[in-house]
Amino acid sequence: MSPFGGFLMPIVYSSILDEHRAVRTAAGMFDLSHMGQFVLSGDGVAGWLDELTVNEVATMKPNQARYNMFTNSRGGVHDDVILYQLPGHWLLVVNAGNTEKIWQLLTAALPPGISLFNRTLESALIAVQGPRAVEILKPLCDFDVATLRYYYAGQGTVGGIAAEVARTGYTGEDGFELFIQAGSAQALWDHLGEAGAGYGLLPAGLGARDVLRLEAGMPLYGHELSEDITPLMGGQQWAVRFDKPSFSGKEALERQRLGGAFDRIAGLVMDGKAPARAGYPVSFEGQIVGQIRSGAPAPALGGKNIATALLKRPAADVGTRLAVEIRGAQHMATVVPMPFYKRLRSGERS
Amino acid sequence: MSQPGDRVYTKEHEWLRIEGSSATIGITDYAQSSLGDIVYVELPKPGAQLERSKPMGVVESVKAVSDIYAPAAGTVSEINSSVEDDPAKVNADPFGDGWLVKVTLQDPNAAAQGLLDAQAYADFVASLSH
Repeated sequence: MSPFGGFLMPIVYSSILDEHRAVRTAAGMFDLSHMGQFVLSGDGVAGWLDELTVNEVATMKPNQARYNMFTNSRGGVHDDVILYQLPGHWLLVVNAGNTEKIWQLLTAALPPGISLFNRTLESALIAVQGPRAVEILKPLCDFDVATLRYYYAGQGTVGGIAAEVARTGYTGEDGFELFIQAGSAQALWDHLGEAGAGYGLLPAGLGARDVLRLEAGMPLYGHELSEDITPLMGGQQWAVRFDKPSFSGKEALERQRLGGAFDRIAGLVMDGKAPARAGYPVSFEGQIVGQIRSGAPAPALGGKNIATALLKRPAADVGTRLAVEIRGAQHMATVVPMPFYKRLRSGERS
Repeated sequence: MSQPGDRVYTKEHEWLRIEGSSATIGITDYAQSSLGDIVYVELPKPGAQLERSKPMGVVESVKAVSDIYAPAAGTVSEINSSVEDDPAKVNADPFGDGWLVKVTLQDPNAAAQGLLDAQAYADFVASLSH
């Protein structure tokens, strides 16, 4: 167990490789109760959040979930979040390491008529992720999880426990995130573990989760996004709605987009067996052009070492050959398109 | 976890098995189990001079990079290149097939001095979980 965001969190239950394999081929369940959960209500929530974030809030439909980012005036990212529009309230799920920061930001600017509640300690979050997640949850739920659309939520019971169930995740697989009362967490965890065992479900820790999200090309705050790494630099420009009339950091992001010469996150595959790790210098033709931001061996790519790096512009182009400095030695890598791993959806063939 | 009695141990979880003027070096079962799935092993080259308590190589798990510290001074005479090809061997058999390097000891008579015997190392490992 490791301290993380004020919680004691499991990095690994059995083996990162076994847990990874379970999520890619069957299912894994993750305890994500450390993530911050804020409840907002009031008529002005959408308009207010639209000013603070890059993606559109006002166009969200009932029960829809949307990835979003809170940005500073320079276009850097305070946090990347998922916002849910649930019946009667909005649920904002923030990174554990940023819970306090986003809470301060929201409370300092809270407009009249909007109520804000931090339910992090009263609420738990368990994710069930993997190709067999539907099979596992379907018999436990009093509503049809199979028809729940991607990035939508439903309300009901799971194993008799009241839950908000969202078809969201951070692994690159199909799956669900279950929001429940903290007091029900142990019971639901045990119930899922028993119900899922026959399907190959394993408890999975933060170690496997990090490898899974990296393979799927999903950013991790503090690595691919930060107060200094904007959504454009981090490769998340798809989430920035420049057609919104205004939002925090919009001018800076527009300047960055028009200028074009900004550093950006690129995907790397190493030639050799030595893993690239966060912080290692990256060079192109003998010149340092950036730094590794995340790196791990990727079981989904046969154990090849993958990484993200924040790189100066020409060096970030796909196909570029780069050298990663590992303990004083240069190890070659190639820039590749992200994501590194994409699951086959039904109807596709391998 | 039983620690073989035919060798000595460091508090950094390496083992040293002395046979005359040479010795074999590896990491302990506690080390491999703490690291989890080992995916990469970097060993010194044959002929390299090892200084006691100085890094002599690296073992990496999926998430972590750990230095291997030389338990004794000497010259590397042989490396177990099979663990470089198949690092999971270190997980599977850390005290046997997962050995790392063989060295010619600089001072065979003093090599074990200051290191822990199997019982002392077992007690040390037990103390870590409290």
